[in-house]
Amino acid sequence: MNLTRAAPWPAGTAPFADPGETELLELSLGPQHPSTHGVFRMNALLDGETVVRLQPVFGYLHRNHEQLAERMSYLASMPFTDRLDYFCSLTNNWAYALTVEKLAGLEVPERAEYLRVILAELTRLQNHTVFLGFLLGDMGAWGSVLMYGFRQRDAVLDLFEALTGSRMMCDYLRFGGCRCDLPPGWAAAARLVVDSYPGFLDEMEQLLTENEILRARTMGIGGVEAKRLVNAGVSGPLLRAAGLSHDLRKVDRYGIYDRFSFRIPLGEKGDVYDRLMIRLLEMRESLNILDSALRDLPEGPVINPQAKLRNFRPPAGEAYGRIESPKGELGFYLISDQSPQPYRYRVRPPSLINLTLLEEMCVGAKIADVMVILGSIDIVLGEVDR
Amino acid sequence: MAVTIPSDAAPPPGRTSLAFPARRPGLTLAAAAGVLVVGTTLLVLLLDRKAPGILTGAVVEALAHPATAPLILKAGVLGWLAEGWGLGEPWLGLASISLSLFTIVAVFMGLFALTSIVERKVLARIQNRYGPNRAGLWGLLQPVADGIKMLTKEDIVPAGGDRWMHLLAPVMLAVPAFLVLALLPYGPGMTVVELGVGILFFFALGASAEVAVFMAGWSSNNKYSLLGAMRAIAQMISYEMPLLLAALAVVMLAGTLSPTLMVEAQAGHAFGFVPQWFVFTPWGLVGFVLFFIAALAESNRSPFDLPEGESELVAGHMTEYSGFRYAVFFLAEYIGLFGICGFAVALFLGGWHAPLPVLDFIPGYLWFFLKLYGLVLLAIWIRGTMPRVRIDQLLAFSWLFLIPTGFCVLAGAALWHFTGGGWLGWLVVTPVVTAPYFLLLPRLQSAEANALRTYRFSEE
Repeated sequence: MNLTRAAPWPAGTAPFADPGETELLELSLGPQHPSTHGVFRMNALLDGETVVRLQPVFGYLHRNHEQLAERMSYLASMPFTDRLDYFCSLTNNWAYALTVEKLAGLEVPERAEYLRVILAELTRLQNHTVFLGFLLGDMGAWGSVLMYGFRQRDAVLDLFEALTGSRMMCDYLRFGGCRCDLPPGWAAAARLVVDSYPGFLDEMEQLLTENEILRARTMGIGGVEAKRLVNAGVSGPLLRAAGLSHDLRKVDRYGIYDRFSFRIPLGEKGDVYDRLMIRLLEMRESLNILDSALRDLPEGPVINPQAKLRNFRPPAGEAYGRIESPKGELGFYLISDQSPQPYRYRVRPPSLINLTLLEEMCVGAKIADVMVILGSIDIVLGEVDR
Repeated sequence: MAVTIPSDAAPPPGRTSLAFPARRPGLTLAAAAGVLVVGTTLLVLLLDRKAPGILTGAVVEALAHPATAPLILKAGVLGWLAEGWGLGEPWLGLASISLSLFTIVAVFMGLFALTSIVERKVLARIQNRYGPNRAGLWGLLQPVADGIKMLTKEDIVPAGGDRWMHLLAPVMLAVPAFLVLALLPYGPGMTVVELGVGILFFFALGASAEVAVFMAGWSSNNKYSLLGAMRAIAQMISYEMPLLLAALAVVMLAGTLSPTLMVEAQAGHAFGFVPQWFVFTPWGLVGFVLFFIAALAESNRSPFDLPEGESELVAGHMTEYSGFRYAVFFLAEYIGLFGICGFAVALFLGGWHAPLPVLDFIPGYLWFFLKLYGLVLLAIWIRGTMPRVRIDQLLAFSWLFLIPTGFCVLAGAALWHFTGGGWLGWLVVTPVVTAPYFLLLPRLQSAEANALRTYRFSEE
C-alpha cells in the first residue's frame, strides 16, 4: 500500500471537475529567478502545484558566439570557447582543438595528450562536484553541500590557476598541443588533490545517498524512457542514468583514452536520483584515469612544432569533432575555405540539447520538482544560449 | 586540502603581513561591560534622589537574591513611582503592566537581534564559511547594520496590489507573535498574564498567523506570493493538528490549561537526579518530538519552509515586501519561533526547573531561556543540514503519520495515567506511542523508493 498517492476520483465525482470552477495558473519562472541556473526561463502552466505544460524560453544570454567565430582567426576563438560552459573551459578547449586538428591533420605529441586527459578529468571532477551542490541547493539545502563542493573544487581550480594563469577561463589548449608545459611541482600537487578526492566522495555519499528527504525528493522524479532520450539526442550522464552505455571516451576513443581502463556506471530508472548517483560514481572512475595518467605522464614536447600559430589556414574541407564533456557530447563543426577564418563554425552544446525533453520530464510533477529536474540536467546558460 | 601557490602579493602600506591585525576581543568586551555597569549605577543613583533608598535598596536586594531579581526590581520601581511621584491606582496598575510588557519586549527584541546574527554565524560555520564578521566585534553589530539598511530601503507596494491589506499583513503577523510571549511562564510567578486557559489562547493566536500570511500573499498581486500563501495555509492547518494533539496529552496529565501549572506539575526529581519533566516519559518524549516537528512547520522553518520555498517560489508570500515591512515579517517569524519554542520548553522540558538538584542555584528564568535557546539552535542546525520536502510529502507526513502519532500519544498519556507510571507504565506505553513509527512511516514512501539501488558498470 502506498499512502502518498491517493486513488483517482471515480469518474464524475471529482469535486472540481467542472473546468468553469477552477483556473490554470500561468507562471513565468525566470529569467530573474534564484534557481534557473542563470537567465533561463520557463513558462509553466500550473494546476494547483502540478505542472500541466512547460515551455522553455532561451536566448537571454545570446552572445553571437558562432557568428563572431566566423569573423576571426581560428585561434582567436579559443578564449571564447572558455565562455561556453564556464565551469569546464578546458574540455571546451579540447573539443575545439580536436576539431581543428582533424581539419588540418595535425598530430598531437604524447605528453600533450596526457596533459589533455589529466585536465579533462580534473574538469569533470570539479564540474560534478559543484553539480551536487547546486542540485541540493535546488532542493532547498542552501549552502551546506555547495560549500563543501566549493572547498574541494577550489583545490582543482588552484591547479588550473598554477598551470594556466586563470581559475575558470583557462584558454590552455592550442592546435597541436598545449600552450605551455607544467610548472615545477605541478604533478605532485595534482597527485595530492587526486589522493584527497576519495575521502571527499565518501563524505558526500554518506551525506547524500541515505538522506530520507533527498531520496523522497529525487526518486521517481524526471525519468523518461531511454528510447525517447536517444530520439531527442540527449547525451552524457542523463543517457547513462537511463541505462544506455554511451560514453564518447569509449565510443570514439579520442585522444589516448584507449590506454586507460575505466568503467561506465549505468543507472536503471533514469530519475534524478540515478543522475546524481551516476555522477558520483563517474567521479571515482575519473580518479582511476587520473591516477594512471599522472603515473605514466611521459617527457617530451607539449606542442607539435609544425603547428602554425600565425597565418593558420587549414586546407579546404569540413570536420566534426566531439568529446565527452562533463555534461554530454560537446561537438564543434567547422568548414574551412582555406581562409584564416572558418567559413562555418557551429557548436553542438550538450546543455541545450539535453534540455529538449524538459517538458516531458516535468509534466505531471510538482512545481518544486521542476527545479530539481532542471538542476539534474546540469545546464550552463553560457552554453545553452551561446 | 589546498594547494599552496606562491603569492608575490605585497602587504598594504603600513602593514607587515597580509594577515588581519590582531584584535583584542577581551578588552572590547570588558570596556563595554564596564560602561554598562557604571552607566546603570549612575542612572540608578540619579533616579534614586526622587525617593531616597527605594531604588538602590531594590537593586541591592535583587543582587542578593538573583532567583527572584526581576520581581524585586519591579516591586522596587513600583514603590519608587508610588513614593517619589505619588502615583496611585489605576496608574500604578498600568505602570505594573507596562513594566512587564516593556521588559519582555526588550528581552525578546535583544534575543531577536542576537539570533539573527547567531543563525548566520552558525549556518556559516556548518557551511565552512566565516559568516558576517565586519560590523563590530565578531560581527556583533550586524543586526544594527541590517536594521539601518532595512529602514532606509524603499517601501514598495506592488501595482495592482491591495494597499491596505499589504500594509496590515506584517502587523497582523507580528501582533499575535508578541502576544504569545505574554503567556510564557519564565519563572515562578513570572508570567506576564496569568491566563487560566493559556494553552487555548496560544493556539488561537497561532491560527491567526495563517490569516496574516494569506493576506500578504493575496494583496501582493504576485503569482509567487499567491502560491506561497496557499502553501502556507495548507501547511499551517495540517501542522496545527499534531501540535494540538501533543499539547493535549500534557493537558490531560497535568490536568490544567495554564502553562504555569503545567510547569509546576513537572517539579521534582526521581531517585534524586532524574527530573520529572514530561519529556522523560515515553509519551512525553514522542509528544515532544511531535511538538517540535510541528513547531518547525508552524514557524516556516527548514525543512518545512515551503511558503518561502526560495528555489521555486523566490520568496513566497514575502516576494513583494521590502524595507520596513519585510523587516517586520522577519521579526515576526523569529518571535513566533521563540514563542513556540518557549511553549515546547514549558510543556515538555520542565520550564524553569533545573535539570539537576545541585544546579538549583541558577535562577529559573535563566534555565528557561537556556532551554529555549537550545531549541532555537537545534532549529538552526536542522536548517543547515536538511533539504526541503515537497508540498504533497509535507501534507502526507502530517496527515498520515504525525496526526496518527498524536492520537497514539494521547492514548499513551491515558495509559500512563492509569498504570501510574513506573516500569509498568514504560512497558505498556512505549509500544503504543512508537507503533506509528514502525507501522506508518515505512508506508509513506513506495517500496521502490525505500529500496537501496545497485548500479552496474559497462566496460565498453
